[in-house]
Amino acid sequence: MMKMSKRTKYILSIALAVAVVLLLAYMDANKSEYSYAIAILQRSAIYAIVAVAMNLLTGFTGLFSLGQAGFMAIGAYTVAILTIPVESRPSVYYINGIADALSNASLPLWGALILGGLFSALLGGLIGIPVLRLKSDYLAIATLGFSEIIRAVIAAPQLDRITNGSYGLKSIPNFGSVYDVFVIAFLCILVMILIINSSYGRAFKAIREDEVAAEAMGINLFKHKGMAFIISCFFTGVSGGLLAVFMRSIDSKTFQVMLTYDILLIVVLGGLGSITGSVIGSFLITAAREWLRFFDNPLVIAGFQVPLFRSGFRMVIFSLVLMAIVLYYRKGIMGSKEFSWDGLYRFIYKLFSKLRRKTPGKEANHHE
Amino acid sequence: MNDKRSVLRLDDITMQFGGVVAVNNLSLDVNEKEIVSLIGPNGAGKTTAFNVITGVYAPTNGAVTYYGEPLVSNFPQSKMKKMYAGENLGKYTETIRRTPDKITKMGIARTFQNIRLFKELTVFDNVLIAKHMNTKAGIFSAACRLNYKEEKSMRQESMELLDMFGLTAFKDEIASSLPYGQQRRLEIARALATEPKLLLLDEPAAGMNPQETNELTAFICQIKDEYNLTVFMIEHHMNLVMEISDRIYVLDFGKLIAAGTPSEIQSNQRVIDAYLGVAEDGE
Repeated sequence: MMKMSKRTKYILSIALAVAVVLLLAYMDANKSEYSYAIAILQRSAIYAIVAVAMNLLTGFTGLFSLGQAGFMAIGAYTVAILTIPVESRPSVYYINGIADALSNASLPLWGALILGGLFSALLGGLIGIPVLRLKSDYLAIATLGFSEIIRAVIAAPQLDRITNGSYGLKSIPNFGSVYDVFVIAFLCILVMILIINSSYGRAFKAIREDEVAAEAMGINLFKHKGMAFIISCFFTGVSGGLLAVFMRSIDSKTFQVMLTYDILLIVVLGGLGSITGSVIGSFLITAAREWLRFFDNPLVIAGFQVPLFRSGFRMVIFSLVLMAIVLYYRKGIMGSKEFSWDGLYRFIYKLFSKLRRKTPGKEANHHE
Repeated sequence: MNDKRSVLRLDDITMQFGGVVAVNNLSLDVNEKEIVSLIGPNGAGKTTAFNVITGVYAPTNGAVTYYGEPLVSNFPQSKMKKMYAGENLGKYTETIRRTPDKITKMGIARTFQNIRLFKELTVFDNVLIAKHMNTKAGIFSAACRLNYKEEKSMRQESMELLDMFGLTAFKDEIASSLPYGQQRRLEIARALATEPKLLLLDEPAAGMNPQETNELTAFICQIKDEYNLTVFMIEHHMNLVMEISDRIYVLDFGKLIAAGTPSEIQSNQRVIDAYLGVAEDGE
């Protein structure tokens, strides 16, 4: 089978990038028509950051954590509190008033995002010290618990003057341009890819494969697990901040356990241990949720109303699709592999040879 | 015989799990450039002794010394005080604990009885990971590839090791896809990548046929000379043990029953009894 040259791949990658930018530019130019699609893409990009961050922890380091929603909440509240315009703060905090120290504290979006990430990472470090001694399911349960604690603390009346308690925060200013989210998501994911491909990333993978052997190879388990956890928390916090800006208004209910499960779903469907899988998964799942809205509307075929089509039916279909994927693609869309042009080419090649009813088995065995 | 420098010394090591004494009052010496074997029937406590040396378990009582420096030391505490069934109570009063990664960094590398490779990673990555502990770059500079020189030398050294072990052809294979014998070799290569002074081999010839065992025998001698190693190993293949060991220790039910050169051990009645069983008719 023919192999692509490096140059071809290079050109294809650039072409893809240009196509994406052009598509965004086109949508941006026709905002009124495409605002819905842009919103879906933005949400996907935000989820892609958390998904990759969760994958870094679960898929690459082998630490199963379910604390994503909590850490997103930290980032989201930090960004929201610091970016709500000073003049509109009295109206946001109209019931309890705002803490004096915060009434004039304000940061540009990028600064607030980094600070949100740092707060989240700091808390991740504090929680990580006791929690990272646990293994597998126990770690998941403990982080899930902490995530709920964070949510409860945010909604606590004692913090009314900071988080506005159960009233939530609104009037969060929108992104400056359509591209902001995508550029930030690209940068975040790029940094995580660089970490995973560095010497430290290899150490993370070693821990995933075999803790005892990793330790016998001189890898300090506690230090490296802590690093993975803190890095993951940082980017989870950043994406939480982006989510706050995207939604324009947040409250503690935004960050319930369901949010964590959404991310978990993306990671598992994309493929544990595959970054491109997480990215593809986040776009597919976020989009699928919206496409399936079709099932929520009553459907009338030739005067006959199909009985099942009503509000909520979408989630039934969604669950069925998920079950099918988990049954037949147990390793997710990408498995633990990364996207490559060769892989795509092979996939299409196989697909075509199957369609042409040739013997696909023979050819399938030849590649590589 | 013992004028050489001592590399590893175990003093009165007792390892008790609940009421079970797995290793009882074990004392032994491993000197520089020696190949020393630890043998004994199944369940004699050999691997437990290895796990004590490498920091996986803290001994219940006793001390381990490495190049004259205390490595690990402990004495029965809290609950164990009442339960302790070993000897030399009160002789040791210091607790020194080191995690396995620290001990590896001090120059003790090991292989495992049931191969523990990083199964889903490539052969090359398996060796390369062992080089990670020497990275000076922090995670930030490593992510930004500011340590490309370091990375390059790590890769080069790993390649040299694979060359030496004849594994270059399998470089990009997944470790678990290698044939069994090669996996054993890879495990030794990975241990050597940590640049040890003392190499602990836990049944390196387990599951190998006679020919493979012979190759391994020659190979262990070769790497010992090449890398200036001291080798301490657990093994059941008597041909291998008798051929390359300078000295042998024999363990039975956690207790040391004999120590000496291969020829001494071969004629030792207690060893023969432990391996073949004792005739019970006399009593």
